[in-house]
Amino acid sequence: METLKQKSLNKKNKKLVLKLMGLVLGSIIFAFSLVPLYNLICNVTGLNGKTNSVADQTSLKIDASRWIKVEFTSTVMPGLGWNFYPNQSSVKVHPGEIMVVTFTAKNITNEVVAGQAIPSLSPGQASPYFKKIECFCFQRQELKAGETKTFPMRFYVSTDVPQDIKTVTLSYAFYNTVK
Amino acid sequence: MSTKAAIHHDEHHDHPKGMKHWFTTTNHKDIGTMYLIFSLIMFFVGGIMILGVRAELFQPGLQLMKPEFYNQLIGSHALIMIFAALMPAATGFANWMIPLQIGAPDMALPRINNWGFWLLPVAATLLILPFILALFGVGDGGAATGWTLYAPLSVQGGMGVDFAIFAIHILGVSSVLGSINVIVTIFNMRAPGMTLMKMPLFAWGWLITAFLLVATIPVLAGAVTMLLTDRHFGTHFFDAAGGGDPILFQHLFWFFGHPEVYILLLPVWGFMPQILQTFSRKPIFGYKAQVFSLIAIGILSLVVWAHHFLTAGMPVPALLYFMYSTMSISLPLAVLFFCWIANIWKGALTFETPMLFAIGWIILFGIGGLTGLVLADVAADAQYHHSYFVVAHFHYTLFVGGIMGIMAGVYYWLPKMTGHMYNEKLGKLHFWLTAISFNLTFLPQFFVGLAGMPRRIPDYALQFAEFNAISSVGAFILGLSQLLFLYNIIACARGGKKATDKVWEGAEGLEWTLSSPPPYHSFSKQPTIK
Repeated sequence: METLKQKSLNKKNKKLVLKLMGLVLGSIIFAFSLVPLYNLICNVTGLNGKTNSVADQTSLKIDASRWIKVEFTSTVMPGLGWNFYPNQSSVKVHPGEIMVVTFTAKNITNEVVAGQAIPSLSPGQASPYFKKIECFCFQRQELKAGETKTFPMRFYVSTDVPQDIKTVTLSYAFYNTVK
Repeated sequence: MSTKAAIHHDEHHDHPKGMKHWFTTTNHKDIGTMYLIFSLIMFFVGGIMILGVRAELFQPGLQLMKPEFYNQLIGSHALIMIFAALMPAATGFANWMIPLQIGAPDMALPRINNWGFWLLPVAATLLILPFILALFGVGDGGAATGWTLYAPLSVQGGMGVDFAIFAIHILGVSSVLGSINVIVTIFNMRAPGMTLMKMPLFAWGWLITAFLLVATIPVLAGAVTMLLTDRHFGTHFFDAAGGGDPILFQHLFWFFGHPEVYILLLPVWGFMPQILQTFSRKPIFGYKAQVFSLIAIGILSLVVWAHHFLTAGMPVPALLYFMYSTMSISLPLAVLFFCWIANIWKGALTFETPMLFAIGWIILFGIGGLTGLVLADVAADAQYHHSYFVVAHFHYTLFVGGIMGIMAGVYYWLPKMTGHMYNEKLGKLHFWLTAISFNLTFLPQFFVGLAGMPRRIPDYALQFAEFNAISSVGAFILGLSQLLFLYNIIACARGGKKATDKVWEGAEGLEWTLSSPPPYHSFSKQPTIK
């Protein structure tokens, strides 16, 4: 009698343990699925100031009634022996107008080094409207020892950018791509 | 299968002796005792670490240690206090008391229970080992990232980070095993007649904690696994250069980290009403309201995580959502607070040590809760974020809400567990020293935080010198007064006035129907609840 009761309890326990292990497994899957989910949300909302990473189409419309001030900053991340700076601190553009700015990078080490530039736009709400047509950040860049290179960057701000956005800051961080 | 073994070896022998039996024991009381002792030891280890920090902060400037070592101390202090002191203490009580309170002969999975405990010393060793290795010139010490292990700092950090990652994996496995055990025990092992809505609140608090652990620990394990592969196997989860995003780590970490706060607190919220009930000699006020509040807090805790990094740059709608959802937690929490206060209202109060801790706990934990409401405000948080205000806030919640709550529980159940009364005078002295020196330590930190002193920095501006000196003196008194606690527990375990079965005049619940200490195999005949 006692053992019969015990047997059914063991069975019940085992079933519940299996269910709970399923819950644990589900949580692990959930954790890893958050990675693509997060990127998707960032792309849709422009959260974190992520801008496009492949070339955009040119726009045809120009809204000459307003100005947007675009500022540029640059950072060289630790581990990359480069100098890197924008050649203009800011430009004024009409929404829709295509603009070219240049950045200069110099490899100050005595070996070939490849770097990858990562853009980030502030305020983040403006990032879906900031369109890059040509950018050195679309692929990794290689500099020979002591080489200096000037990179053009072609962009426009789309005409549907919200009215309250008057200034945006584009920041580039250059990383070493050894890994 | 393991349950059967536990039930069967009941009749054959009583309390086994010898060192070896501690490694193989499947008895819930033995395992609970081991958890509690382990927790007490780690409480002192983590405490010594932070006394090093407070000694450095006694004066502005760098006197005692390098900033790198300071960074290792604060991170290890937090990891040890949270994972090796607070959580094992709660699990220890769960092992001891849940079977007694719900009238079960033992935990449902005794063998897993034993494994769950013995993973802990391994994990603790992994956390402390890098410090010792550094003494011999191997590596550069523990993780110098703070307990949050934020990328990209943790991606670049030394081998201490790897030790911390593996320690978290092992601690995670241990907690998940413990949680599964608690859930299975509560669902399947209750005495006949004990419905879920008749179950003691401690079991309820732990049930919700266990579900939170099962749901969130794997997310933390996943996050630190990604960190590990970023560090060593060329992935780019958190590396912007490879298309990853360091902010993603913050989301993953706090998706675990915020429920973790309630994981630490819910067991305490569970047994506190039982202490209040005992010493005010009134039945628990608003049992149903408390149960539903505990459940509501458990669910809400899963959807508010981003308030820990409101300043990281989020769109306004997200900020508003996380602000309001965080603040909404204060509603069920306020229900709990009012139930606790109503419980002692017009009661026949006596002030034994557990009751002193319980009342001090309500007041000080209230301060912790209210200052959290301020931090949740997006506009105010811009100023308070990463300041000493945050440090003061979470010590009012975690030191008071967690550790002082656990101390109330220790004094409350110690006579039941050991069969002896502790020294009441020393207990009261311990309470007053703890409560006063705690406030001496952390109250000034609210003000230096408001004035702009950032946390996690070994040096500070001259204007903060006096308040930091007060804080450091308070911390050393707080640390030293815990020796009274240690002495009182050891003395009580070794002897003293014999405790009665009921111990406290107003005690209610099944655990008080057993002898003190309870027989090695409790409830030879399962009780029935009407």
